[in-house]
Amino acid sequence: MFDFSTITNWIDELLRSCMAPWAVVLVEGLIIGVLLLLVYALIALALIYAERKICAFFQCRYGPNRVGPLGLMQPIADMFKMLIKEIITIKDSDKFLYGLAPFLVIISSMLTFGCMPFGKGLLTLDFNIGVFFIMAVSSIGVLGILLAGWSSNNKFTLIGAMRSGAQMISYELSIGLSILSVVVYAGTMQTSQIIAAQENAWFLFSGHIPMMIAFIIYLIAGTAETNRGPFDLPEAESELTAGYHTEYSGMHFGFYYLAEYLNMFIVSGIASLLFLGGWMPLHIAGWEAFNTVMDYIPSVVWFFMKTAIIMFIIMWFKWTFPRLRIDQLIKFEWKYLLPIGLFNLLLVTLMVVFGWHF
Amino acid sequence: MSNIHDKIKAILPEVTIEENGLSMVVVPSEKMPMVASYLSEKESFDSLVALIGNDWGDSLGVVYIIDSTKTNERVILKTSTTDKENPMLYSVVDVWPSADLNEREVYDFFGIRFIGHPDMRRIFLREDWEGYPLRKDYDVSPEANPVPQTNEHNADTTISLQVQPDGSIKEEERVIFAPEDYVVNIGPQHPATHGVMRFRTAIEGETIKKIDPVCGYIHRGVEKLAEGLTYPQTLHFTDRLDYLSAHQNRHALCMCIEEAMGIEVPERAKYIRTIMDELSRIGSHLLLYSTLCMDLGSITAFIYGFRDRDKVLDIFDDTCGGRLIMNYNKIGGVMADIHPEFVAKVKNFIKYMPKGLAEYHALFSGNIIARNRMEGVGVLSKEDAIKYGIFGPTGRASGWANDVRKLEPYGVYDKVDFEQVVMTEGDTYARYMIRLKEIEQSMHIIEQLIDNIPEGDYAVKTKPIIKLPEGNYFKRVEGARGAFGVYIESKGDKTPYRMKFVPQGLNLIGAVDHITRNTKIADLIAIGGSLDYVIPDIDR
Amino acid sequence: MKHENFKDNEYIEQLVKELREGGTNVVVGVLDDVINWGRSNSLWPLTFATSCCGIEFMSVGAASNDMARFGFEVTRASPRQADFIMVAGTIVHKMAPVLKRLYDQMASPKYVIAVGGCAISGGPFKNSYHVVKGVNEIIPVDVYIPGCPPRPEAMLYGMMQLQRKVKLERFFGGVNKKEKRAEQDK
Repeated sequence: MFDFSTITNWIDELLRSCMAPWAVVLVEGLIIGVLLLLVYALIALALIYAERKICAFFQCRYGPNRVGPLGLMQPIADMFKMLIKEIITIKDSDKFLYGLAPFLVIISSMLTFGCMPFGKGLLTLDFNIGVFFIMAVSSIGVLGILLAGWSSNNKFTLIGAMRSGAQMISYELSIGLSILSVVVYAGTMQTSQIIAAQENAWFLFSGHIPMMIAFIIYLIAGTAETNRGPFDLPEAESELTAGYHTEYSGMHFGFYYLAEYLNMFIVSGIASLLFLGGWMPLHIAGWEAFNTVMDYIPSVVWFFMKTAIIMFIIMWFKWTFPRLRIDQLIKFEWKYLLPIGLFNLLLVTLMVVFGWHF
Repeated sequence: MSNIHDKIKAILPEVTIEENGLSMVVVPSEKMPMVASYLSEKESFDSLVALIGNDWGDSLGVVYIIDSTKTNERVILKTSTTDKENPMLYSVVDVWPSADLNEREVYDFFGIRFIGHPDMRRIFLREDWEGYPLRKDYDVSPEANPVPQTNEHNADTTISLQVQPDGSIKEEERVIFAPEDYVVNIGPQHPATHGVMRFRTAIEGETIKKIDPVCGYIHRGVEKLAEGLTYPQTLHFTDRLDYLSAHQNRHALCMCIEEAMGIEVPERAKYIRTIMDELSRIGSHLLLYSTLCMDLGSITAFIYGFRDRDKVLDIFDDTCGGRLIMNYNKIGGVMADIHPEFVAKVKNFIKYMPKGLAEYHALFSGNIIARNRMEGVGVLSKEDAIKYGIFGPTGRASGWANDVRKLEPYGVYDKVDFEQVVMTEGDTYARYMIRLKEIEQSMHIIEQLIDNIPEGDYAVKTKPIIKLPEGNYFKRVEGARGAFGVYIESKGDKTPYRMKFVPQGLNLIGAVDHITRNTKIADLIAIGGSLDYVIPDIDR
Repeated sequence: MKHENFKDNEYIEQLVKELREGGTNVVVGVLDDVINWGRSNSLWPLTFATSCCGIEFMSVGAASNDMARFGFEVTRASPRQADFIMVAGTIVHKMAPVLKRLYDQMASPKYVIAVGGCAISGGPFKNSYHVVKGVNEIIPVDVYIPGCPPRPEAMLYGMMQLQRKVKLERFFGGVNKKEKRAEQDK
């Protein structure tokens, strides 16, 4: 399997040979930043296109097919439009917070995006509290939504923001618990080590029942974290017009629009990292020939394939289920998901202590 | 009929009976509260079908059409006042609560103020509107009321006329929203109001404390316009009132005019009209399914509903030349004969539709989230349904068997076998399910008729100028979302003196505040979707 | 109507061709083209409907007509995020200030399509005391789609006419008129 760290190390050595150490850090940081931004934008565009096509197929429609071949240029046209659309400033709004909010959302998702294990050796941030860091920065997003709802000086946005606050903080607990189960099982919080621990079997399989429970909890709570259907209460089209971002126009709205899709990617990416081995190919202990064949598929492909499958499931949720009501949503979390998650954590601990796993 | 007239005469000798098409009991205005309470308490006349204001030149007054849900008797009362400067009549809101919005409408159109009504504000027109448009001496020129350039101001208080102990009448101020209420405007431009309805909603957190509906954002003055047009010209308005039951509405008006003129419609036309009515009922219920699903966030179900509805519209398209607004019925029959492929297409559709329904049940009715959102939400009891005058499927979901097709059969409904679907739960889920069951019944009716359309003329020849004999005429049909009535008062001219369309949806709006009390905002959307009102039908 | 009988109406393109005979700046022209391509292919409608035409507009979005094919997919409920408003249905006096306000709330570039007889002129309700005789009394209209209500095909054609119109706009390169810029500014 090709290790991308050979390339990155080579670049690193090349730079070190001709520059001062601080300059090396600066240049590498710049390169990585630009690359991440590029990938971020590309993935968002691809996701917008995918979502529209998939939703169209669910609904017996064609979806975009006039702009470019198969409608492939549709999200690019949307992006051009959005970039030059007027950004409206609202009278009687809190101008500073109003302008800050979309950036908070995008920064949060950018930071989390940086922790994605795209492939073998393609990991920007890898330190001993990696998973913890992911959780911490991804919760900044809710701040952006709350501020947006508050600063817009609009009743609908305020209701949307309050809903969003209640929802995201509640479901963060379930996400935390299911991630904690994995951390207990893996014995580490470092992303690269979690992946390495899944070399012989992905956690979903080696950890059997408790890990599957954790995976399902993670999927549900993760969907709720991204504010997508059936948990799309904060923007609930038919109730709150557009929820917390009702008053945002132009690229400000574009940030929310992008962040929604990217958050879906991030949630799916973390799910594949924690449960499906990140970029790790499918290995079955004992089947050497099979494992070698699997190794020929590049690690990047593995990662994106797994993520895509989970994203497809999340989209499937959205286009099938109706929306929950806020009290049902909160009840579901506190009465069912959270106790099950706690119990599951106990189960995982027992499993690790007594070695009941494969 | 005469029996109840005698009884009223017995308790109140001053009343006179006016026989003019419809036989009306003319009650002196100050005796109205007494007659009303007698009728509702002693004689079980509990359902107010229509409340029609009118301007008879020298007097202003109201015609009440009241049914008994127990004996299916009908009594028509008439009361008037000659005071045109400051006309006042007694309110019947405390007897028949469905009179609430209807009396506000009469105040809006004729300026009659009702004593004892809790909320005497304009309902359709803006509060700064000059004059009362349906009065005969109203100035219709656009200069009198130009297009307003300023935003509307809605007062948080209202006026109520109350009789004081000493017999005098005094204006009292009533509070709609207190200053500390958090009032959110849902509408007029809102994706879930199905048009331009506006609910001023006082909420506490997510819980609804009070709703004040504001209508009139699509009030087109149809009734005033109809007074200036000949009878065939008025027909096209009905299609555009409740555009989802266009056939039924037009059927009602045609029947009313035909009855007045004594025209017997050919059998073939009756069959075609009945089939078309049922097809549009299917189309309308499919639209309810679609929009309710969309309101609850299930967009895929919305598209599925529309996909099947388009099949119905295609059938209309072939025969009538229009998809949504067909202009198909005319006085004495229908405009044109059915398309050669009509029968085959309808049969195909009937064969296809059960599969579609099964899909809906799999996708939405059985879904746990959908059921949680709908079951037990917005319960309307049978008593309340009768009190608020909720006709149609919504009333039947509460257990009130009120199907006009059964009560006063028209078309060929007396020849077909169908079941009146009645459910007892009265919640949103029952209102949703009853629509899907009615689709099955409608298909059952069409199955019985489609092969037996008799040969013959599809319309009788009528004179080019239609004059109705002097008198009052009232006719009801079962629209897709309630009873749709047409009341015509003719003075023998070629234009009607007063043409009133009794809407299917106004009473639904009157009940919204009652149903949604203490539910969540999201429930309001679900309840609104399941009540299935069409705004142009309410506003007219 | 059969497809081969349909004569498309290309007057906008011809008009602009005549106007542009003088030639345009290459760089600015190309930039304009790119922007207009993006704008015209990503026109998001505001969900706004008052009566019958609104139901037909919903049909345009549904499976059998599917406006998503052309990029009209994302109907926004918030006027801030919408690009054009389909005035589908009668506008009455009470609604007029609301419609004006909605239009003012939209972020530019914004366009208006008047759908159906009522929005164009008041339609069958023209003589009413409470109906606005055409939305152009309140807001500027870009495309008119006649009908009562227009068929979904007609609506799609009208929306595509709007796309054409947007494609010929100028973002950088001045205005599409024969007068000089200075005269334009006067």
